[in-house]
Amino acid sequence: MNPAVVALVTVGVGVGGCILYFWLSNIVLDTLVFPARGPNAGRNITRANTVRPWLFLLPAMIALGLYLAYPVFATLWLSLNRDVGGTQQFVGLANYAQMVSEAKFWESMRNNMLWLIVVPAGATAFGLLAAQLTDRLKWGAFAKSLIFMPMAISFVGASVIWKLIYDTRPAGQEQIGILNAVYLALGGDTPQQWLQIPFWNNFFLMAVLIWIQAGFAMVILSAALRSIPEETIEAAILDGAGPFQIFFKIKVPQIMGTIVVVWTTITITVLKVFDIVLAMTNGQWETQVLANFMYDKFFRAFDVGVGSAVAMVIMLLVMPILVWNVYNVRKEMR
Amino acid sequence: MDNIAGQKSGLTWAVQISTVILVVLWVLPTFGLFVSSFRTGDQISTSGWWKALTTQETQLSPIRIAGTEVERDGAFVIEGNLFASAGTTVSAWGTNSREPTALEPGETADLGDGVTLSVAADGAFVLTSPTSTADMRLPRVFTTASSPPEFTLRNYSTVLFSPLAGQSIGQAFLNTMTVAIPATIIPILVAAFAAYALAWMEFPGRALLVAAVVGLLVVPLQLALIPLLQFHNTIGIGKSYLGIWLAHTGFGLPLAIYLLRNYMVGLPRDIIENARVDGATEFQIFVKIILPLSFPALASFAIFQFLWTWNDLLVALVFLGTSNDQQVLTANLVNLLGSRGGDWEILATSAFVSIAVPLVVFFSMQRFLVRGLLAGSVK
Repeated sequence: MNPAVVALVTVGVGVGGCILYFWLSNIVLDTLVFPARGPNAGRNITRANTVRPWLFLLPAMIALGLYLAYPVFATLWLSLNRDVGGTQQFVGLANYAQMVSEAKFWESMRNNMLWLIVVPAGATAFGLLAAQLTDRLKWGAFAKSLIFMPMAISFVGASVIWKLIYDTRPAGQEQIGILNAVYLALGGDTPQQWLQIPFWNNFFLMAVLIWIQAGFAMVILSAALRSIPEETIEAAILDGAGPFQIFFKIKVPQIMGTIVVVWTTITITVLKVFDIVLAMTNGQWETQVLANFMYDKFFRAFDVGVGSAVAMVIMLLVMPILVWNVYNVRKEMR
Repeated sequence: MDNIAGQKSGLTWAVQISTVILVVLWVLPTFGLFVSSFRTGDQISTSGWWKALTTQETQLSPIRIAGTEVERDGAFVIEGNLFASAGTTVSAWGTNSREPTALEPGETADLGDGVTLSVAADGAFVLTSPTSTADMRLPRVFTTASSPPEFTLRNYSTVLFSPLAGQSIGQAFLNTMTVAIPATIIPILVAAFAAYALAWMEFPGRALLVAAVVGLLVVPLQLALIPLLQFHNTIGIGKSYLGIWLAHTGFGLPLAIYLLRNYMVGLPRDIIENARVDGATEFQIFVKIILPLSFPALASFAIFQFLWTWNDLLVALVFLGTSNDQQVLTANLVNLLGSRGGDWEILATSAFVSIAVPLVVFFSMQRFLVRGLLAGSVK
């Protein structure tokens, strides 16, 4: 059968199944388990209402538990084991020891740290700039939607787009990559292989993600700028503040909270970045990052132990943000 | 607030110009790829896409003389035109790779043994030989020619229907569709019920569950790959569509629950309490009141999830096979980057096919997307 047909059937079965589950389980609860009649009617209603939230939550909890919570512990366990002659053996931290002994790991760590600093900073800065510039413009909404557009493009699609920009033809031939064309027009002597210049090539990869994420930052920061009380700005103007002073001393401090949110959200995206590196350099020329290193270990070297160890390192890097978010939500809920 | 006191017109101009520069900078990359997807491979590899609208003078790749010979006045003659389409003008030519611009159009080259070749400005050539050319290796012609701008849709028909690197983009497109649609719809319902419980039902441990959802929101899905693949293999799903639908459902749930709960909490309390007083069951309240009122949030999440599943590479690489009927667009594109890295007409067109649907969704539903983003970033 054609997969597309299977997909449609799945949608039907999935949605129908969900509706059926919620509907039936509620009926069973209200009429069979705790019927709202007879001598215990009152007590039964209370009981039914204690159980009901869990009926509503059950499918989601199973899915979350199985697909997100369980794998964290399973990966931790896998990272402490190694496949020895077909059987899993507990090896303690041996996988981690092997991981830190590899030069590629440290290269990935260095690059990931670079990514973690440059991309959130770049995307937030460009986003803030775009938000401020378009704030009072007549065609601001149009400009915003164009800057926002890369958000819809896949990382792989974006990689193809930027590979064309970084394309290099031998010296003497007409350049078809716009970066080299501009570089030569500005007086550069020979066309550069941008993606093969160690260290700096990382920045050319980061440009892709900044390009994608700036729109996200812009949308959030733009809403934050709009919510700044107008009086604070008027007061500053009356006190003789210039436009730059207003921006940096009045507006930015007031939206600092939102800037932090944008920054952390992009940080999480950066930690998971994989597609761009895989599609553009595949970690060659010193551009490896943790997520692609992990993929290499899992699916090219088939080394589940070390791969899981790398995954745990990514988890560890996400941990502070996770704790911070949970802490904030707990505070908000009280 | 268009003219606040202190707003200078010079500054307004600076803002206008900076915005234009920023927008151009952001659109240019995609635009370049878009233009490239309508150019022929020869054009792409000989000139930048920004020159697509100009008549270009370029050195073309050598063209070997071909044609049927005719015996005329005791000599053997081959006549024809170097170019398939009209409009190209030769400005210089040669028969030797070291001197590709030695001759003017209309001049005649002596190739030795009495063989002569002349090429006119429009590409018409005449090769004359005293003996039959049947056993002769016909000469190559190097031309410097200016060709008019030309756009073609041929790239699109090529990538959509012919198998490049084993799989046609058309097939990959269908596969992506097969992944994305169920993976978008199924989590919505599951999440909506859970979000309602977390927003409006009182039960012990509710705050803890909300915190857990927020925590899971940032768990990198890299951690889930191997354990889940092993799990799928154990229960017999293996690498299949069912597996990837389940995986996307699981990975999408935290955001779905979080977004929907945030939205539902903001719904007016009166409506829900009134309904409760009137004797509506929780199930009825959910289906008849909450679900319709939450439409904007549901739409936001649906767009997110659709874009994410459509654009995803990692989950597809891990949970789907690489056969023709399973490989998705992004995976196909990565393959093309490896195997046809230099064929920009194919790469550009394939990439554009793969980003077309997300772009349409993006531009038509941007409103919901923005709303979702604003609700979804953890405050």
